[in-house]
Amino acid sequence: MTGFFEFARIYLPTLVEGTIVTLEMWAWCMLGGTILGLLLGLCRVYGNKPIFVLSSGYIELFRGTPMLAQILFVYFGLPEIGVLLTPVVAASIALGMNTAAYQAEYFRGAIQSIETGQVEAARSLGMTQIQAISNIVLPQALRRVIPQWSNEPILLLKYSSIAFVIGVPELMARAQMIGYSTFRFFDAFLLAALIYLILTNILAQCLHTLEKRVSVLPKSK
Amino acid sequence: MIYQTLLKEFPYLLKGVLVALELLIAFMSLGFVIGIVLSVTEVYGNRWSSMLAVMIERFFRGVPAVVLLFLFYYGLSDIYNVSSFTAATLALGFRTAAYQSQIFKGAIQAVGSGQMEAARAIGMSKFQAIWSIIFPQALRFGIGPWSNEFASELKDTSLAYTIGVVELLRRAKYIVSYTYGNALIVYGFCAILYLILVRSGNTILYRIESKLQMPGFETRRERG
Amino acid sequence: MSLLRVDDVYKAYGDLLVLKGVSFQMEKGDIKVIIGPSGTGKSTLLRCLNGLTSPDKGKIWIDGIEVTDPKTNINKIRPDIGFVFQNFNLFAHLTALDNVCIGLVKVKGMKKSEARVLAMEELRRVGLGEKAGAYPAEMSGGQQQRVSIARALAMNPKLILFDEPTSALDPELIGEVLKVMIDLAKGGMTMLVVSHEIGFCRAVADEILFLDEGKIIEKGHPSDLLVNPSYQRTKEFLNKIIKLYGEERDKA
Repeated sequence: MTGFFEFARIYLPTLVEGTIVTLEMWAWCMLGGTILGLLLGLCRVYGNKPIFVLSSGYIELFRGTPMLAQILFVYFGLPEIGVLLTPVVAASIALGMNTAAYQAEYFRGAIQSIETGQVEAARSLGMTQIQAISNIVLPQALRRVIPQWSNEPILLLKYSSIAFVIGVPELMARAQMIGYSTFRFFDAFLLAALIYLILTNILAQCLHTLEKRVSVLPKSK
Repeated sequence: MIYQTLLKEFPYLLKGVLVALELLIAFMSLGFVIGIVLSVTEVYGNRWSSMLAVMIERFFRGVPAVVLLFLFYYGLSDIYNVSSFTAATLALGFRTAAYQSQIFKGAIQAVGSGQMEAARAIGMSKFQAIWSIIFPQALRFGIGPWSNEFASELKDTSLAYTIGVVELLRRAKYIVSYTYGNALIVYGFCAILYLILVRSGNTILYRIESKLQMPGFETRRERG
Repeated sequence: MSLLRVDDVYKAYGDLLVLKGVSFQMEKGDIKVIIGPSGTGKSTLLRCLNGLTSPDKGKIWIDGIEVTDPKTNINKIRPDIGFVFQNFNLFAHLTALDNVCIGLVKVKGMKKSEARVLAMEELRRVGLGEKAGAYPAEMSGGQQQRVSIARALAMNPKLILFDEPTSALDPELIGEVLKVMIDLAKGGMTMLVVSHEIGFCRAVADEILFLDEGKIIEKGHPSDLLVNPSYQRTKEFLNKIIKLYGEERDKA
């Protein structure tokens, strides 16, 4: 009966392979999710009635239902209307759309916190609404959003573990496979847990540094 | 045809909702108690106990929920034959305790050290001060974020699916497997049920929040 | 053709009718000051002039172009109308210099290097050359307002609208802003100012318009209106301001 460290030494490579899949998935979700989230946030602040309603509905839907249900829906449900997806793609889409909904709310809050007076001043100079948004509102809003927003990348990293349910060979799935083949489930998952801990801590540290860097800018009284 | 099945199976699904709610109440209560202990220890404890509390909290916040579920399920099974429900309650309970402890910590700190100083100055013990002065005020600060956490955990009951708890989502899966080709509708229906649950939960919590408002302690909640 | 023409403007907010048929004109080089009790629509009137708000009824022309016409491209007229806000509304993430530049670069399409030269000139003109690299949060209210005037000036406007430019300032900072405004006036800029700074009126205003309950009750040259107002309400209002804000500051 090998000890925990011996066990770790043998199975770490497999877990690292899974970690790479996790990180890849995470990166794509963050990219897509942030862009979509920003768009949705803008829609909620500046959109006309139909755009506002649609984006609000989207956000309500994805924030009001469990992530697991969303993944199952995308992977098992979409093929019925002809959309066939591999597990990785399905998981990425579901996770990405989910994080976009949460990020939209953070962006909306940050955008709305920029005093409307600045937008008026920009318009008074002759800038179009789009110019005012991109030159005046967004540079400030994107800075302000960082503290709250930095929860999302970490959350997404943790929730990516759900993808194992539909067969994505990420970290969690590998741990489970090792468990099935060695019957040392606890050890396998403990190892996975430690890897997740390391990842989330590194990520948290990076985000913390980002926050520090970005808040160097003095805010207007 | 699927709609008839859904109609027929509605009670079955509803039982799943009940299981989910049972689980939610169980682990949220556990988490509440542990969370309070953790937060008080972190804020008022001595160096070693607060460090221990921080480590526990970091662990349960840094490890994904499903990993925790499996850890508890397999870990406990070695010692004692636990049901999935118990394992889920413990796993999710400790996890939410970590999150709730952060909320409580924030609420306690929002009360301001001056209150504690004033309480001790009139002769109260640490315990009395915490109980009669800090808690009531912290409660108001904590309600907003706590409601958000509650709604989040309501959805996370679905994660218990992965270790075999037969709650709403797993029941939906059973229905999908024996009525081939209706995943879209069944999971969609499930999603709607969750939406209703989450919405109702939020409304109730919002009402409670409003009832507990004190002037000067307005809680600002972000409503989606 | 007058530079500014306001014709029978009405504006209501919900049930409250704030402007009830306001009409007046301005020629190039005119300095006019609108005074009146709070909440009577002075700000609203000003905001209608550059299209930040639209009147419910009535028309407004700037240099022959109808601002109130929905077909008019308002972004083309706005550079010609300077607007100075009560709360300065400087762009918080930009330095003073960039605040003044940005309109030139983004709206007028100027090259950044050219814009900077022009912007520095304007900043020096309002006495803030050394503050070019400072952010709004690092400047006093008076300095911020002067930057905002420089920002408006940089666009080379045909006229400048001032919406209670000194109301948000601490008393000791009002003087520096008024000085800049008086210099501008003496330099020939067309200015429409909403303010209760009587000293400014006395120094450079060609006409004072008294706006009360949505209408221009009285208008006249400062030497007439301030000394001997024709209407009782004007008299009461003037007494009130002088009591509240003390004797006017001399800024010649």
